[in-house]
Parts: sequence; structure tokens; C-alpha cells
Amino acid sequence: MWYLCVFYHRLLEYRKAEFESLAGLFDGRSGATPLEWRLPEDHHADSPFHFVNLPSEELARNIANRSILVKGIYELWGEGRSFEELEEAIRSYPDERRTPYLSPGSTFRINVDSFGKAISFPEQNECINKLAFIPFEGRVNLRNPDHKFCLMDNDNYGGTNGLPPIVQRRIFFGREIGAADRKILQTYQLKSRKYLGPTAMDAEIAFLMANQAQVKPGKLVYDPFVGTGSILVGAAHFGAMTMGADIDIRVVRDGRGPDCNVWSNFKQYGLPMPVSLLRADNNLPPWRAGLKEMFDAIICDPPYGVRAGGRKSGGRKLLKGAVDPYTVPDDKRTDHIPSTAPYSLVECVHDLLDLAARMLVMGGRLVYFYPVLREEDSPDPTFPDHPCFVLVSRCEQILSYRYSRVLLTMAKVAPYTEDIELEARLQHLEFRENHLKWLEDGKLHSAVFSPADVHTNGTGEKFSSKPKYRGKYV
Amino acid sequence: MRLLTHNMLSSNIKGVANGFPLRIEAEKVVEKEVELNTDFLRNMFAKIEWKALVEASKTLGYAELPDVAEPSMLDSDEFLNRFHHALLELHLEEGALVCPETGRKFPVNKGIPNMLLHEDEV
Repeated sequence: MWYLCVFYHRLLEYRKAEFESLAGLFDGRSGATPLEWRLPEDHHADSPFHFVNLPSEELARNIANRSILVKGIYELWGEGRSFEELEEAIRSYPDERRTPYLSPGSTFRINVDSFGKAISFPEQNECINKLAFIPFEGRVNLRNPDHKFCLMDNDNYGGTNGLPPIVQRRIFFGREIGAADRKILQTYQLKSRKYLGPTAMDAEIAFLMANQAQVKPGKLVYDPFVGTGSILVGAAHFGAMTMGADIDIRVVRDGRGPDCNVWSNFKQYGLPMPVSLLRADNNLPPWRAGLKEMFDAIICDPPYGVRAGGRKSGGRKLLKGAVDPYTVPDDKRTDHIPSTAPYSLVECVHDLLDLAARMLVMGGRLVYFYPVLREEDSPDPTFPDHPCFVLVSRCEQILSYRYSRVLLTMAKVAPYTEDIELEARLQHLEFRENHLKWLEDGKLHSAVFSPADVHTNGTGEKFSSKPKYRGKYV
Repeated sequence: MRLLTHNMLSSNIKGVANGFPLRIEAEKVVEKEVELNTDFLRNMFAKIEWKALVEASKTLGYAELPDVAEPSMLDSDEFLNRFHHALLELHLEEGALVCPETGRKFPVNKGIPNMLLHEDEV
């Protein structure tokens, strides 16, 4: 059956990806067959209004209630270019689909919504009164109704949040099946979280990552760059068992005190503590031989060198080949702080994919951010690939004029073979031997922070040639 | 550090061929109650090195695990409870994990194992 899906007008590329991922989670599929989507007449691809074909209302409800970006999924009772057309459509909607929700003992509420305009209360009442022809027999209950209905009006109000002007007015009326619980964003917002680092993941994005990873109770989720645990908090909220590692021991072990550390971040929300936190280097992971297919999902924000640079074992000079390995005297071994070297993005991503290929169960998902420079006329960016994985979705989030980050979701579809393992080991050695060369290849930081080459339009005024619009297709 | 973690870790010092299982030196062991999740336990059972888990739990003072375990045992509540307790409720708070080949100690402080290698070990 076709449902009307209304999204929040934000994180545009994430919306369908999240929806499809959740459909896979509740449907038991790994999300390989995409859902059928359709746009309302005259609507732009980035419009908040979409039609989606789903096999059952239960699935629609599950998806909507778990999602972050679905404002509502509706069983559409009618649509039209004017109220007259809408009335006609609703009147001809089959009775057997309508009456169960209009019965005398039930309670209901009608919301009035629009896109690009706030509708005043008197106007809302006016709209609701126009629906008087629907034979509602139940009582109104604004706070906790059995059935919610929504009237959505779209017209060219002038404010379309960057979308092309609406060509033709369109009004929808439908019964709400489910909607995102965005109250959790308030609960988990970073500004009220006790222990934060400079790159703590925003709560909304952390939940989206958990949804992309199809997290559910009983699953084990791992973050190899755990930091203050902000990504795992999102996964734990949806019931996952969590595990995290970081190369910086101050972050994982000490935090800012006994009540301000990674553990306290979980305690603050009453979430189960991570199964394990450890200090380890993802470049030289300490997993025992033969350990594989341990995690159901790996979710992380790798240090890609713009706000925080990655580190790996082995001193800078050591990897340059300038000095021989420093032998730690026996009496200093306990408190020795090993030196680390910068970790280039390519190597970091290589290690991450190798870890995921080995440690994820079949069908398990790797969800991580990958930075992309926003160059004029740049060709379509290429993303890392791996023989064990297929790319499920890529969702861009523009961060600045210069660069954006893309949330990549990859699903494991092939087992980790000895050949793949061998190849990964050879590549690992190549990174070690030519440490400097690989480091120079990843010049993301300088590309993002170098002085701007300001464009002038002849009058000396600065202007930006990139559209301010948050979507990509306008 | 829970024994689930111990069961996954090995010494990855350069040249060490068999770094598993790490010997536990326990200074402080605590027990923290964790909600029983049978699905998770079933999921983990196949991935656990049973012998290492039995030895490790003995070192932490818990000797109730059978020496040999089979998947059919997962139907017994009593077994599940013991498995759960050993795997998730025993914590090594202070101590060390010792590499079986070299004797190198990986310290465990505040429950966090420090698996980072020194310069001459990578």
C-alpha cells in the first residue's frame, strides 16, 4: 500500500537512507531491494513530501516511530489542488478504510501543518472547520488521542527553504500511522552531557548512525575511535551492547574525574554500560588470532585530520627511519608512554575496512564518516571500497564552504578470506615502509584551512559561487 | 575489564606467535550486576574460547563454569546464569594482563586494559 511520508526538512540526503535502512531492520532484509518511492505532482526531489510503498501498516509504524527524520507517515485519505478537490477525494475514499477510525467510542485530534509557512490558530481552526463533512463520531482529545489526523497545505508562500517555488498548491489529508520521537534529541543533546570532547558526535547524527547500522537489542556494536563515547550512547539507546577503543588513554580511562567520563555519559541516561572500553591502536589491533565475525555493527567517526588528527603506534622519527627503535629500559617499562606518529586518512580507512571485514558478522554493517573536499567542478568523489562490502548508502552533510563529510553505510556481503587477509597485511607493511609518502597524500587539513582564494565579481565584492541551499540538486 | 574482553585480546607484540590467552594478574576484582540477555549470550557462545574463559574466571575467584561446554547447555537456565556471570559481571578493576610468551605486562587500571605497544614492540 502507498503511504504519504513527510520528512523534516533537514539532512536531506539522510532521510530516505534512514527510512530504507529501518525498513530493512524491521523487515529482516539487509536492505538490498530498495523501496518504491513516488513524488507528489509538481514536487521537487528534495521536497519533504514523498509517497512510499510498504507491505504493511505495522512496518510503516515501526519505521516512523524509530526514525529521527520522519515527521509522519500517513494513510492518505485525500489530496487536491483546492479544498473542494480535497473534499471530493476524501468523500470518495472507501468507507471501510475510514469508519474504523471515526467510531463513537474513540478519541481523535486533527493537526494542521504546512511547508514554508506558520499557520495561525484562527487559520488552523478555519481549516479544521472545512473538514466538518467527515463524519467524526468520536470525541476530540488533544493530549492523547486514539487517532491522529493531519491536514497539510502547501502553497507558494514565498518561503520554501531553498526548494524551487511551488508550482501548484497541494493539500493532503491523512491518518497518522507513526512519527519520529524527536524528544530524545532534547534528552541527549550535547549541551547537557557531562563529558564532552572536541569532536563529540551530535546526538541527532549519532542516532542516525545507529539507524544506518540497523542497531537493535542484543547486538554488539564496536567503535574503534570511541573518544567520549557519543556514538555508542546513540547505539545503546536503541538497545545495543557496546564496545569501544581509543588510542588516547586519558579519554577512555580518566575522563575529567570519577563522575565525568565515558561511563558517566551512559549512567547519565540510564543506559547499560559499555561491555568494554580499552586502549588500543586500530593500526595494530590486539585481537587474538582466529577471532572473527564478533560484531554486528561498527560505527565510528574516524580521525580524518581536520578537527582531530589520528595517531598510531611508532614514533614519528622511527617511522621516518631516522632512528632505531628506542629500547625501553626495564625499570621504566611500567610507566612508559609510547610515542605515536600521525595516522594518514588512507591508512586509517584501510585499517578500518580490514577490521570490519574480519570482525563483522555476515550482513553486518560498517557506518562511518568520510571527508570530501568541495571543489568547483570536482568529479563525483570516489569512496573506499572492499571486496567484502557493498556500499548501501552515502549521505553528504556539508560542513563548510570547503568540505563536507559523507556518512557511508557498507554491508558485509562476502566472507573474509585468507587472500584478503594477506593482501591487507602487505598493504599494512607498505604504509609502514613509506610512512612519509602516504602522509603527504592526505592533505585534507591544509586544503580546508589554507587561505581562501576569494572570488571577486569585478566590483571587488566577495561572493560565494556555491548555493547556500543545503540540498544538492537545486 | 570483563572476561568477554579478555577472551578477545591477545598480545600483539612483534614476533610473538601465540599471545593468547593473556594471563591475568588480579589486584582488585569487582562484581557488577548486569541484566541477563539470553540472545546476546547465545550469540557470543559460539565465538568464545571456552577454555580461556574457564581459566580466567578461576583466576578471578569464580570456579562454577564446567570445563567443557556444548551448545546444548544453552537450554539450561543455570548454565546461562553462570556463563552470564563469568562473561559480563566479573570485572578486573586493577591488575595486569601478561603476555604468555614474553611476560610483558599490559596494565589494567580503572577497568581499562592498556594494549598499546612500546616503540620496540611494534
